[in-house]
Amino acid sequence: MIETFGIKLICSKNSCLSPVVCLVVSVSCRLCLVVSCRLCLSPVCLLSSVCLLLSVCLLSSVCLLSSVSVPSTGEVVFCSASTVLKYTQDDLSQRGVFGVLLCTNFRVSFVSDEAPTEEMGQLFKNKLYGENDIPLSCVDNIYGGSEDKRKLITGGLVKNKYPSKMIIHCKDLRVFQFSLSFSKEEDAKKIFQGIVHHCLEPKSLRCLFAFSYCENTSYPEAQRKKQTVMFDSVEDWTQDMKRTKGNCRVVSENSNFELSPKLPQYFIVPKNVSDEDLTKYQGKGLPMWCWSHHSGCALFKTASIPLVQEDNVPQTYMEKMLTAVAHNHLYSVKTEDLSDTLPTVQDILLSYNRFKQFFLIDNTTEFWMSDMKWFSSLDNCGWLDIIRQCLQKAVEVVESLEKENTNVLIMEEGGSDLCCVVSSLVQLMLDPYYRTLLGFQSLVQKEWVAGGHAFLDRSNHLHLKDKVESQSPVFLLFLECVWQLQQQHGPAFQFSETYLTVLSDSIHVPVFTTFLFNNDGHRDSLLRAESPHTQRSPLNCPTVWDWSVQFDCKAQDLFTNPLYTEKPKQDTSVRKSYRPRHLRQLSLPSSAFKTPPKKGFFKDEADNLKKILGVKRLSRWMLSPSSDSPQTSSSVREFYEAWQTKPLDYHGLLLPCLDGPSIRVWMQRYLRWIHDVQILGGGPVAMLSKVSEILGEVQELQRQLDRHGCTLTSNHKGARPRAKTAAAVIAARSSVRLSSSFPFVTSRNWSFKPAIPTSLLQSLMVTGMAGNLADREDDGGPESLV
Amino acid sequence: MTAPHVTLGEVLPERAVQNRLTNPGTENCSLCDPSVTLNVPLGAIGRVEKMGGASSRGENSYGLDITCKDMRNLRFALKQEGHSRRDIFDILFRYAFPLSHGLLLFAYLSQEKYEENGWSVYKPMEEFRRQGLPTDKWRITFINDNYELCDTYPTILVVPFKATEEDLRKVSTFRSRGRIPVLSWIHRENQAVICRCSQPLVGMSGKRNKDDERYLEVIREANGTAKLTIYDARPSVNAVANKATGGGYEGDDTYQNAELVFLDIHNIHVMRESLKKLKDIVYPNVEESHWLSSLESTHWLEHIKLVLSGAIQVADKISGGNSVVVHCSDGWDRTAQLTSLAMLMLDSHYRTLRGFQVLLEKEWISFGHKFASRIGHGDKNHADQDRSPIFVQFIDCVWQMTKQFPTAFEFNERLLMTILDHLFSCRFGTFLYNCESARDTNEVRSKTVSLWSLVNSDSTSYLNPFYTPESSRVLYPVASMRHLELWVTYYIRWNPRIRQQQQSPVEQRYMELLALRDEYLKKLEELQLTDSSPNSSHLSNSSASNAASPTQHINHLHTPF
Repeated sequence: MIETFGIKLICSKNSCLSPVVCLVVSVSCRLCLVVSCRLCLSPVCLLSSVCLLLSVCLLSSVCLLSSVSVPSTGEVVFCSASTVLKYTQDDLSQRGVFGVLLCTNFRVSFVSDEAPTEEMGQLFKNKLYGENDIPLSCVDNIYGGSEDKRKLITGGLVKNKYPSKMIIHCKDLRVFQFSLSFSKEEDAKKIFQGIVHHCLEPKSLRCLFAFSYCENTSYPEAQRKKQTVMFDSVEDWTQDMKRTKGNCRVVSENSNFELSPKLPQYFIVPKNVSDEDLTKYQGKGLPMWCWSHHSGCALFKTASIPLVQEDNVPQTYMEKMLTAVAHNHLYSVKTEDLSDTLPTVQDILLSYNRFKQFFLIDNTTEFWMSDMKWFSSLDNCGWLDIIRQCLQKAVEVVESLEKENTNVLIMEEGGSDLCCVVSSLVQLMLDPYYRTLLGFQSLVQKEWVAGGHAFLDRSNHLHLKDKVESQSPVFLLFLECVWQLQQQHGPAFQFSETYLTVLSDSIHVPVFTTFLFNNDGHRDSLLRAESPHTQRSPLNCPTVWDWSVQFDCKAQDLFTNPLYTEKPKQDTSVRKSYRPRHLRQLSLPSSAFKTPPKKGFFKDEADNLKKILGVKRLSRWMLSPSSDSPQTSSSVREFYEAWQTKPLDYHGLLLPCLDGPSIRVWMQRYLRWIHDVQILGGGPVAMLSKVSEILGEVQELQRQLDRHGCTLTSNHKGARPRAKTAAAVIAARSSVRLSSSFPFVTSRNWSFKPAIPTSLLQSLMVTGMAGNLADREDDGGPESLV
Repeated sequence: MTAPHVTLGEVLPERAVQNRLTNPGTENCSLCDPSVTLNVPLGAIGRVEKMGGASSRGENSYGLDITCKDMRNLRFALKQEGHSRRDIFDILFRYAFPLSHGLLLFAYLSQEKYEENGWSVYKPMEEFRRQGLPTDKWRITFINDNYELCDTYPTILVVPFKATEEDLRKVSTFRSRGRIPVLSWIHRENQAVICRCSQPLVGMSGKRNKDDERYLEVIREANGTAKLTIYDARPSVNAVANKATGGGYEGDDTYQNAELVFLDIHNIHVMRESLKKLKDIVYPNVEESHWLSSLESTHWLEHIKLVLSGAIQVADKISGGNSVVVHCSDGWDRTAQLTSLAMLMLDSHYRTLRGFQVLLEKEWISFGHKFASRIGHGDKNHADQDRSPIFVQFIDCVWQMTKQFPTAFEFNERLLMTILDHLFSCRFGTFLYNCESARDTNEVRSKTVSLWSLVNSDSTSYLNPFYTPESSRVLYPVASMRHLELWVTYYIRWNPRIRQQQQSPVEQRYMELLALRDEYLKKLEELQLTDSSPNSSHLSNSSASNAASPTQHINHLHTPF
């Protein structure tokens, strides 16, 4: 009853809803259950549904009140079942806790019957969902289990059947196991089918929680605008170009998406691109400015135009665009078709799907069984290799910009997947501004959100059958690459590993406009259409950068990296006089460094143009450059080695080491929920919290000094007065022990028994491979035991 | 004189080498060039070979090939004219392997002087007293004073109070090489003990020994353990196979109140091959394609995992109040790894700089880990089957623990590297010879310098700034491949592409902040002083800006964007 009720409700358009029965149970000011239903339902149905709902409310309200975070206004409960057993994951003894399982328009939620354990863990609480909540779009796979078998549920269920055990794998790698065998049959069936329906079946974008959330939440808009640059105005783009001393042209002709809905509202192209050029091919082939190097050359990206054999027009257009890019600086350009040299979005998805399985642990025996083959499994799934390839490609582009001072145009079909990955990585490596927290957020806005990465299609939140192909964790791949950089050069980043992990989780929380749309045009039209005041401003939804929607200030302190020191401020006059010096410092061995010819020597420039553009570069572009990849890889190595011999400057150029041992697994993200691999009282956090502690002390001292009127310039490292970081606060409470999965899991419920790998014998390898060695005595030879 | 051509980019002035070698006042074979200096302690050389002959063709085909024990291979190309390599080869061969040429090990020639005398670091009686021994259940015996009971054991042993000297002699006949079960460590609160020994001499016929059985029973009773756990470090197959050579394991039926657990750790030959494979994938180049699969195929980390998880089980049993006995075949390789790692987990004292030295002196050196045979100090026989990196493996396990618990150890990675460097160098007497009796005969303590003299005379550089003492805590590392990692800074440190950082950035930042805190504290103090006397605040302001000026100066070099 509830189930059909729920589905009809959620699938119908807002306008059709016209609620007849509107049951509002306000248990507290924070909890609000709104149930609306259509006219057509018979009175009997209504009655019973009301009864059911009431009972649900009565059953769960007490628990809900006490433990579940229900800040989410606009949330509707679809169905629920009581006496559901949630297995404690780290336990093979089939033990667990009983509680109520709910499915709402936002999440699947388990409310334990037991009194919630307070205090610890509350520090890093997500305000939108708790540890037993799964946002609907965060559900990855659902398995039905009976005794020892496990079956993947794909939707389209047989009515009246439900498994006794339900296993939910989440996109943030949590695993939930519920037993339905203690619940009433009717309830069990409904909750199972309800969850499967709402998590796996196709739905419309309007059904995503963001819309009901935003309609019911007034959000102060001003808060974020002054911080992260959103790149939704001419000013934002102009400012960024000025900051990098770029010399291109801001285009505002698309402000109403007249040129193409796929293009950003505003963007920047080379000076030599004419108005006429803008309108061709719906933006395909248009070189979009990404970033300017201090030498004057710049990085551009574009969606490639498929070349048709007979038709010469696109090719001529492309050549014209290339010339325009070349004109940007020194008449040189390099092109890189990423479709030829990097894995496809399908490759990325396949690899990630294999990779994530290693962390979705149903039981510890399996986990330890797989442990011995861990490295080769990791190798075979290819995920780390894809990360390496992206980083390598970015280094190649950096080399062109930094060493050769050549304009670079990267392209791929669509121009908004790997182009985004590579262009943002290049900027992270070259520009320390993007390694600050706000800078990074602005970078994501510029390259990904405004850049038109199809977040909605890539995540397939809507489970549309025709979009299955386009699903791919491209943005996550980017975050992985950033994590690698951050891992290798910790002090260069203002944001922490935790920040990246939380950001990767937020992709699956369907509240933020950041990740819900395919491009600017899509966002604009939907937010306008959904606006409650039809004629006025579009619906105001939070972006993911509004971190206070998810975390309070204390928790947000964990987003900053205590190792980061701000680049000291310098007044401009000093800076100017130092500029030549820094150029030299940044440049690589003098033999490789090409001094830019002085302006005004037209003849030289023309020669340059002929030589570079006419012969070398263009022909390379036509032939597609994949053939000479071994050469490029050795050149990248030389470039890295030359960089490596110089003293490391965290506010300068950063390059990743790409050697086998250097590309690693993002431990915090992937291992945080696996109990057996938590290092109690250890992990990097043990060290970092000590740094935070001292940092807090230093800041406190500084405040005291300030009070004494002592003028401390901000030149002092780490001296920006900030609140004592949360990690330090926790560490100070010595009774609490941090674990390697801090801050995501706290050690409160854990036994201090060590995890002892099981089934060691089975997995032993040596017997086959070195049989005779293994059988021998330790001390052979004459003195051996007789 | 020739200036031979060298493949690795170094130029080798022959005379410089000869000087160093004929005058072993410095222990290093230093191959110098204005730009490249290569320092290789002669002790680290495992093998010297000529490559190519007078007639071989091709560039760099004629020269010397030096295989080192510390994961390096050095290859020098020389000119073919005039037997240019003959002298250097002979000299290298002689001095790299002094024992094979009737010469003294370098430790006996070294005249180094240090403030501290490292030989006083470990005093067995003091250490046992620290553990709270003797008790009413455990006594100290001098039965092995002349190494008569067991020539590979130390002179001072701790045995059950109830066992008489006669009992000990009887038990020693039933344990391989007379290495009877003796106490290594006792838990202060629950009195559970770690005992170590060698395998029982069960043999094919399944011999029993009442004395041995009774002896283990006495160990069990000492703290009322319900069931004594015997950890046999070997895989069960190997334990069974050992019966053929007279060894074996404690059968369930004969040892009533004991349970036997096999820990599946492989023997020295398997470990030797494993490290050899590891070397192949990291030197001279780190294998790029399928690095992880290659790493897995060496099985090195897998062995580390097994050793660690064995030690975790021992430590877990002890903290649960149950006494354990640990042995392998002879009780000087795997046994030493297990007991010392378990003690490191259980006893925070061993995690201090001094305590760790005591642990090594006790569990490894005094209990007869055969350093001379396993390393082959000064011996030319590079293919000796007795050689094996058991101690390197142990230090790797310790490193894994320090990685997982970065605040729990007082010492830093540098100490571990230094220990391994001097494990081979023969510059100190610490790791020379197989057992205490041999060390006595060769007067190691009086004629050589201890490694701990070097370390303790400069202890600050071996300290971990993040160390936070926590005495009562048992440290359980996670023995999962997910957390084990290759010790890149040791195994791949000779690779030029591995950036050798003097200090980790975290450490650097921490030290900076500590300095800043001190500076601010001082300034605050000054300010509070000047506040009480007015008119002088102006002065303190200017001093503050002065203090900031050095940083300002450096700051100009940063990249403006």
